[in-house]
Amino acid sequence: MMNITFRDWVKSGSPFIWLNAGAVAISIIMVLGLVGFIASKGLVHFWPAAIVQANYTLPGNAPLNIVGQVADSEMVSAEQLHAIGLETPNGAAEAKRLLLKVGNRDVYGGDFRWVLDHHLSEKSYPLTAVAIERREWGNFYGYLSAVYQGDTLVADANGDAASYEHAWQAFQSRIARALAIHDDIMDIQKGEIGSINHQIERLRLEERRLELNDELSDAELARLQAARDVLHAEYAAHQKKLNVLYQDLARDHFTAVEMGGQSIEIKMSEVVRAFRPNAMSSGQKVAHYFSKLGEFLGDDPREANTEGGVFPAIFGTVLMVILMALMVTPLGVVAAVYLREYAKQGITTRVIRIAVNNLAGVPSIVYGVFGLGFFVYFLGGTIDELFFPEALPSPTFGTSGLLWASITLALLTLPVVIVATEEGLARIPRMIREGSLALGATKWETLSRVILPMASPAMMTGVILAVARAAGEVAPLMLVGVVKLAPTLPLNGNYPFLHLDQKFMHLGFHIYDVGFQSPNVEAARPLVYATALLLVIVIALLNLAAIYIRNHLREKYKALEM
Amino acid sequence: MSRPIAPKLDFNTPALRRHRTLRALKNKLAAWGIAGGGLSVIAAVLLIFFYLLYEVAPMLVAASIEPANQYPVPALSQDKDNQTLLLAMEEQSEVALRVQKSGDMTFFKVSDGTILQQESLPLAGTVNAFDVNTEASRLMIFVNQQAQALLVKHNYRVTYPNDQRLITPELAYPYGVEPLNLNTGASPIVDVTLRDGEEAMVIAALNEAGQLQVKRYLKEVDFLSDEVMLEYEAVNLPSIAGHINQVEIDQTMRWLFVLADQRLLHIINLEDESLTQTITLDAVGTISSMSLLLGENSLLIGNNEGKISQWFMARQDDRWRLVMARSFVLETPSAVQAIVSEQRRKGFYVAGEGGQVAIYHSTAHRSLIDEKLVDGDIEFLSVSPRAKDLLVQTKQGMIHHFKVDNEHPEISWSSMWDQVWYEGYEKPEYIWQSSSSSNDFEPKYSLVPLAFGTLKGAFYAMLLAAPLAIAGAIYTAYFMAPALRRKVKPIIELMEALPTVILGFLAGLALAPFLENNLLGIFAVLVVLPVAMLAFGFSWANMPAKIRHLVPEGWDVILLIPVILLSGWFAISISPSLETLFFGGSMVDWLNNDLGVSFSQRNALIVGLAMGFAVIPTIFSIAEDAIFSVPKSLSYGSLALGATPWQTMMKVVLPTASPGIFSALMIGMGRAVGETMIVLMATGNTPITDVNIFEGMRTLAANIAVEIPESEVGSSHYRILFLTGFVLFLFTFVFNTAAETVRQNLRAKYGQL
Repeated sequence: MMNITFRDWVKSGSPFIWLNAGAVAISIIMVLGLVGFIASKGLVHFWPAAIVQANYTLPGNAPLNIVGQVADSEMVSAEQLHAIGLETPNGAAEAKRLLLKVGNRDVYGGDFRWVLDHHLSEKSYPLTAVAIERREWGNFYGYLSAVYQGDTLVADANGDAASYEHAWQAFQSRIARALAIHDDIMDIQKGEIGSINHQIERLRLEERRLELNDELSDAELARLQAARDVLHAEYAAHQKKLNVLYQDLARDHFTAVEMGGQSIEIKMSEVVRAFRPNAMSSGQKVAHYFSKLGEFLGDDPREANTEGGVFPAIFGTVLMVILMALMVTPLGVVAAVYLREYAKQGITTRVIRIAVNNLAGVPSIVYGVFGLGFFVYFLGGTIDELFFPEALPSPTFGTSGLLWASITLALLTLPVVIVATEEGLARIPRMIREGSLALGATKWETLSRVILPMASPAMMTGVILAVARAAGEVAPLMLVGVVKLAPTLPLNGNYPFLHLDQKFMHLGFHIYDVGFQSPNVEAARPLVYATALLLVIVIALLNLAAIYIRNHLREKYKALEM
Repeated sequence: MSRPIAPKLDFNTPALRRHRTLRALKNKLAAWGIAGGGLSVIAAVLLIFFYLLYEVAPMLVAASIEPANQYPVPALSQDKDNQTLLLAMEEQSEVALRVQKSGDMTFFKVSDGTILQQESLPLAGTVNAFDVNTEASRLMIFVNQQAQALLVKHNYRVTYPNDQRLITPELAYPYGVEPLNLNTGASPIVDVTLRDGEEAMVIAALNEAGQLQVKRYLKEVDFLSDEVMLEYEAVNLPSIAGHINQVEIDQTMRWLFVLADQRLLHIINLEDESLTQTITLDAVGTISSMSLLLGENSLLIGNNEGKISQWFMARQDDRWRLVMARSFVLETPSAVQAIVSEQRRKGFYVAGEGGQVAIYHSTAHRSLIDEKLVDGDIEFLSVSPRAKDLLVQTKQGMIHHFKVDNEHPEISWSSMWDQVWYEGYEKPEYIWQSSSSSNDFEPKYSLVPLAFGTLKGAFYAMLLAAPLAIAGAIYTAYFMAPALRRKVKPIIELMEALPTVILGFLAGLALAPFLENNLLGIFAVLVVLPVAMLAFGFSWANMPAKIRHLVPEGWDVILLIPVILLSGWFAISISPSLETLFFGGSMVDWLNNDLGVSFSQRNALIVGLAMGFAVIPTIFSIAEDAIFSVPKSLSYGSLALGATPWQTMMKVVLPTASPGIFSALMIGMGRAVGETMIVLMATGNTPITDVNIFEGMRTLAANIAVEIPESEVGSSHYRILFLTGFVLFLFTFVFNTAAETVRQNLRAKYGQL
């Protein structure tokens, strides 16, 4: 029994409607699936995965003890295995293959190893298996064996459970101590010494400037030399302090056994974090998760950006976007006000609107090219010649940097602000303007006291959308200012505090760089997913905020149009 | 009744008047300010346009040549040994060198001919034969009556005493002051040809009896003293017909070109010591001059009638042969008297009779200058290393110094858009290869592979995006429940906001390997999904009313989501078995081996998927807007006349909205063409011209991102990249303007309906 025959169903056109509905459904699945995929990959990164230990026996090979975290798994077909002389279990069509992160790059050369699941035997999750994050050579996986202070053995982990626990405590407390010293060293190096170097450089530039202006008298020279001597003395003092700290830092070391049974000596100063995922309670795992998340958001990157945090990239992105918003908001609003309130509507405004829309459609790389040629080489070069001749031939503004990046992006996002503001202005009913004018207000007063406050949510929308666009744009930035690793933040304690000429790091470029230019892409991949997730969250939130404000605004004006 | 007395208000107190003036002033200022600000936005658009044009423009400027000075040839005398063997300039074009037949060398100032320094050769007797390795290497060979050869290099030391540049010329003997003995017979050597390379040096010597001898010296560096030792190796030549006029050796030292009887060209392979080919140049005419182009791979042959042709060795049908790539003709035909190659570019200078000089560029096939520069015949031409100065020595004993302004000879319409026969290639081709480490590299600036790659990427992206976005827009605007529409639109907007760097990263690192392993799965999805949707639609239509009414009209999308997920998963999961069944386990291998279709992991399919994803929301939003704003009265009318919703859609709504959909496609296309990050990350960025969907490409935008940070400011390469930027700008400008005009007209039309 059928409601409708196939022929009638086709005739009614329903199949096409279903296909159209399918297109919407596919689009929705693609968006949500993509965001979900990034989220699942990015969020897992911080979770302390269990360390598995097993015997890996390939036919004809000696069994191999293997210790590591499962990073990925996939199915391989029987044919592929046959090609390398292996079989699937019980002649099945496919076999499972695991990607194990075995770490110890200094010992094995690589971080990862593919293993066939069905050749793994005696799988176990030993409680004592330890993962150690290091400053160099990636993670270490293995077993703690002894902790030393200088040459003296402090604790041996090879005894019973109690002595192991004792050794573990000693190990952890010494890591904490080393980390504290390391922090002190970093503070001195980046803070005090960085500041001294900066001042010395400024003195050099001052001397050069005086020389160029023929004002370099002996008195001036003596003054500069005196200032320099003071700085050098300070530097020496700090250096002394540093030496003591370095000695302190090098005091402890420990030995650990890797999966092949080899004992390895590692300096305590190398360790960032050590943990035993198999022995952790859920609470500890959650705590670990958030501590890793905190590191990701708040720390500097390590090991060519493949480990550690992305704080400088977040900072750079935010600072660049703020500067850009400061430039684009007034310009965009003024342009929109001109178009809507001042210009005579006609062919001119039509042409301008088309031009603005065009500007929105111009590929971002073209803005990059323009920014590089016009801002960096032309304007920057001119500024250097006029204002910073002392630094030449090394460029100050004549090279890509924060200022040029934000101006380029301001130009890029200008149409977004103009269009949104104009839309907001257009929605304000005529009677409100007329009411204000009828009360004797001038046009400017009407605009500044009545219209603009009413249109401010629309401007907000525009600026938020502009910020979201700028935060995700990478192609032009590659030409006008981002770098993979900036030694200092563009905003710091050294005069003039905000360094507009400096290059900066950026989340989007970080993704490109670590994902595609990094020497160890496989190891860096989880971090890239986490970074991508961060960027998606920021941009999604900004967009949702803009959408919310806009919808809210529409309701408000609907109420006005009675 | 008493009327209330109105309070007396005076609006004209000085304070109020001042206040009013101030307000009026503020008003005026604001108007000016805002107008200024508004117009500055237009200025910004124009600035981009004109700045790009400003960077591109120098490429279009024609070359020019200006006389700077002239003076008598320094150290000139009536002595017959005074003949000029070589004129050369150093890097800064301040000092020039004149080598005389006597072996004396005179360094003089380029600007006025003042003699700076004179050196004589530590070689007995007069110079019988002379040659220069390459102008850029500054290595010369002198052979005397006794067949003793001396290799000399003219070097220049630059110092800055008192912040003034001082250039001191000096002579160096890279192979020692002791001459090499070339002689094997009694007859003196009359002509010599030198080719010096990294590992060996070849000298070809022609004696008075017309016999040619070739000697190869292998170089060995003494690792203690760092001195170069020459180890002699004889080369036996096949017999050569005709009276030998001139000999050239190519850069690889493999080919020996022998011109005989002014019309025969023998090509001898020095490796297997055989005659490879003999060409009769009768078609070319009587040869009056022959020279090698920079890189020493191409022969430039000039004839009596002013025709210069470029020849090089190319491998065709598994055989090496000398091919003629292109030719040039002097404007006023006269015998070609000298051909001099530039030292850094593939350009060359030709001297004709009566003081005529022409400048050509080989790759670009361009004649840049063709003028009569001096009165009387030219004896010698010399081009400075930077090709900005030209010295012309006339038969009258004068040296004329010219300033040449010839910044971008390598750019021409044909070098960018036509097939060009590059040196060493089998046939003319489209190639983009902008830079290499070596100085004598022939830059290949064909924009065809890049433009092709751009359109290819955009095409595959549109192939995915256009149907999905338009179908989605039709459904969302016309059939979807309004409550659901309000939820779907932000999702699509989110899709538009996703940074392309993330899409590119996912495409390159997750999608590409996945697709390589599940290639068939993707094609299975294409088949399975529509079938599953239709099957579900039909069975839903035949569900009992009770169930059907559970889902209100316009919410069908929700039902389809699980259907699509399930069928997609099904299609992917059956693909390995299908691959085993049809393609012997791996479709990629099958494509490679059985079809001969090459497969690279990051290919156009990946770009199509990722960029399609990026373009969908752009097209969707505009198309949806166009369909949604079709006046409801039209569709109500159609429905009231009995048309089904689908008929109404197809016959009434779509035709009305079609200009809007067209403009959506245009804007989508503009976005796909200019997209950078996705292409950069999801393709191999190899500039190939191949329609194969499983091969990568390089687009104009990605090319800019890859190359501009390394290109030298102001160079031809830099300007070409600006040109591609300008092309992208114009392209999107035209597309967007068209789309925008269409949209504005559409809006006006809707207003009338």
